[in-house]
Amino acid sequence: MVPESYYTALSAILFTIGVVGVLVRRNPLVIFMSIELMLNAANLALVAFGHRAGAADAQVLVFFIMTVAAAEVAVGLAIIVTIFRLQRRLSVDELSIMRW
Amino acid sequence: MSAALVPLAPLLLVAATAGLLIVLDLLPPREGKGHLGVVALAGVVAALAGALTLWGREGRAFGGMLLLDNFAVFLDVVICYAAALVLLLSMDYLRRNGMESGEYYILVLLATLGMMLMAQAADLIVIFLALELMSLSLYVLAGLFRGRLTSAESSMKYFLLGAFATGFFVYGIALIYGATGTTALDRIAAASGGLQRDPLLLIGFGLLLVGFGFKISSVPFHMWVPDVYEGAPTSVTALIATGSKAAGFAALLRVLFSTFKVAQPDWALLLWVVAVLTMTLGNVIAIAQSNLKRMLAYSSIAHVGYMLVGVVAGGALGAGGVLFYLLMYTFTTVGAFGAILLLERGRQEAVELDDYAGLAARHPLLALTLALFLLSLVGMPPTAGFAGKFYVFGAAIRSGYIWLAVIAVLNSAVAAYYYLRVVVYMYMREAEGVPTRPAPSFAGRLALGVALWGVFQLGLMPAPVLDLAQAAVAPLLR
Amino acid sequence: MEYVTILMVFGIALLVGGAMIGLPTLLAPRRATAVKAEPFECGKDLLALPEGRFAIKFSTVAIFFIIFDIEVMLIFPWAVQVRPLGWPGYLAMLVFLGILMLGFLYMWKKGGLEWD
Repeated sequence: MVPESYYTALSAILFTIGVVGVLVRRNPLVIFMSIELMLNAANLALVAFGHRAGAADAQVLVFFIMTVAAAEVAVGLAIIVTIFRLQRRLSVDELSIMRW
Repeated sequence: MSAALVPLAPLLLVAATAGLLIVLDLLPPREGKGHLGVVALAGVVAALAGALTLWGREGRAFGGMLLLDNFAVFLDVVICYAAALVLLLSMDYLRRNGMESGEYYILVLLATLGMMLMAQAADLIVIFLALELMSLSLYVLAGLFRGRLTSAESSMKYFLLGAFATGFFVYGIALIYGATGTTALDRIAAASGGLQRDPLLLIGFGLLLVGFGFKISSVPFHMWVPDVYEGAPTSVTALIATGSKAAGFAALLRVLFSTFKVAQPDWALLLWVVAVLTMTLGNVIAIAQSNLKRMLAYSSIAHVGYMLVGVVAGGALGAGGVLFYLLMYTFTTVGAFGAILLLERGRQEAVELDDYAGLAARHPLLALTLALFLLSLVGMPPTAGFAGKFYVFGAAIRSGYIWLAVIAVLNSAVAAYYYLRVVVYMYMREAEGVPTRPAPSFAGRLALGVALWGVFQLGLMPAPVLDLAQAAVAPLLR
Repeated sequence: MEYVTILMVFGIALLVGGAMIGLPTLLAPRRATAVKAEPFECGKDLLALPEGRFAIKFSTVAIFFIIFDIEVMLIFPWAVQVRPLGWPGYLAMLVFLGILMLGFLYMWKKGGLEWD
């Protein structure tokens, strides 16, 4: 039996990798993947905590986060496709000129 | 069943109107979607009226996930005003830019629904879902002008940074759940009394604040604001600047004052620093801007700083002052963006400072209107801006934050420079080149008229509204 | 105190992450040129992308698939608990599916599914 704190530690690692990924990467698609990693880290933590509490509400919250993440993916990909159409290039690297 | 849904009447009205619009958009005529704007406006105005009739009622729905109290009603009203004015401004603006579409109105209504849900949420899950409903709609709206790279880039940046903030927010919820075993706001408050120094709860709370910081665009989470405000269609910018900010403050105030009341000394200290940084940075960078939309973006960051002063001050005066400030800020900012939206030079929107040179000589009425909105942003009596600042800064002094109030007043003085520069351009410069012209739009003028009415109503007779605002925060403070 | 591991992981990760961002900015020279932003840094001009051009309509279909595929996930918890939830649960699910179908209809009628 793996102790619960292992899961929470793993989720903290995943979350930090996600945050660092967002900060250091310049490619929108990779940034986007890092954001998904952050959301999934939260999912993992919720499932672990929910398992300890023996309650289902954390799992329900995970369902909501997953569906919202899917909606986010759809909107994000649509925005990326729009920029592709505008710049008439299929390379994502072209978007790296954006700075904030 | 039906009685239980009464507290949700404003929400349901907006949701039903959004559904109706989806159906109407599929029906003929294929071109010309102006009638959808009228239906959307009717829905929002009905929700506004519905919210007003619910004043003084309390209730919960869906197993305590959603609630209704005076606080929610007040913010519903603010949000509905913002949405209604933006819809009025949009109708002719979209047609002029050849982007009139059913999606626009549907998305504006869905964003409004998300904002109102945030005001009525009693559970972190609902706050999260509402936040996403609002944000996802606004990301798409920001990229509405598909043919313009600036609009697409604005949408992209808003999306990436907004989603980043969502990640923090969700992880914060997860850690708070881990510490307290619940996501309901009142039960977190009950559970957190005994675990004040629990690191899990503290980190979770901190991550939650990061997420909120992005949504209300406080320093250091403000980087997206200038680019998004500049690139997005001006009507959408107005909605992002007012409605989404009001919604963010709604959830933030509820979480701070009713859920994490035990930690008030801690977060007040933190927000003291954030408030000072936010208003100073916003004002200093705004001075250097020549693009009016970008200048208003930095000015909106500064105004978030002023509102945070009220949050730090706390109590009925401070929190009530923030609600008053949000209402006055909604009227003033929608008005200012609305005036910019109506003006065009050649076939372009007039957004550069030079476009405004000599406007007063040619179009005195519109120039005067824009000048009044800018004066309200400065905080000149007798406009609403003066009353808002007076109450918020007064609350800070009353609570003993003298230095904070002094810094805020100094900031307001700095801010006067860049607002008045626009007025000087309009009244004292000679126009050169292609003349700047207001676009013919009855709905747009009506929106400006309503906003101007709000600015003077709140400026000349602020006391009744302030009383309402203080009554509205009472449920949070008990 | 059982969460000390998390704190430690956060601390170490911040340290490592900060070092990885901070050290290069301090040490490495930076000359960003257009050439460096290209996918291949061998100096040869790009003729075409290795995977070639792909039709944008594939991505549209993929986006729609993601939405409707994942939203169905919300039905599973209800299906497990269908009897205890009874008629109110059934009605709630009908409302949910109604909204989903409305979205599907909108996508269909707006031409989102047209291949050509």
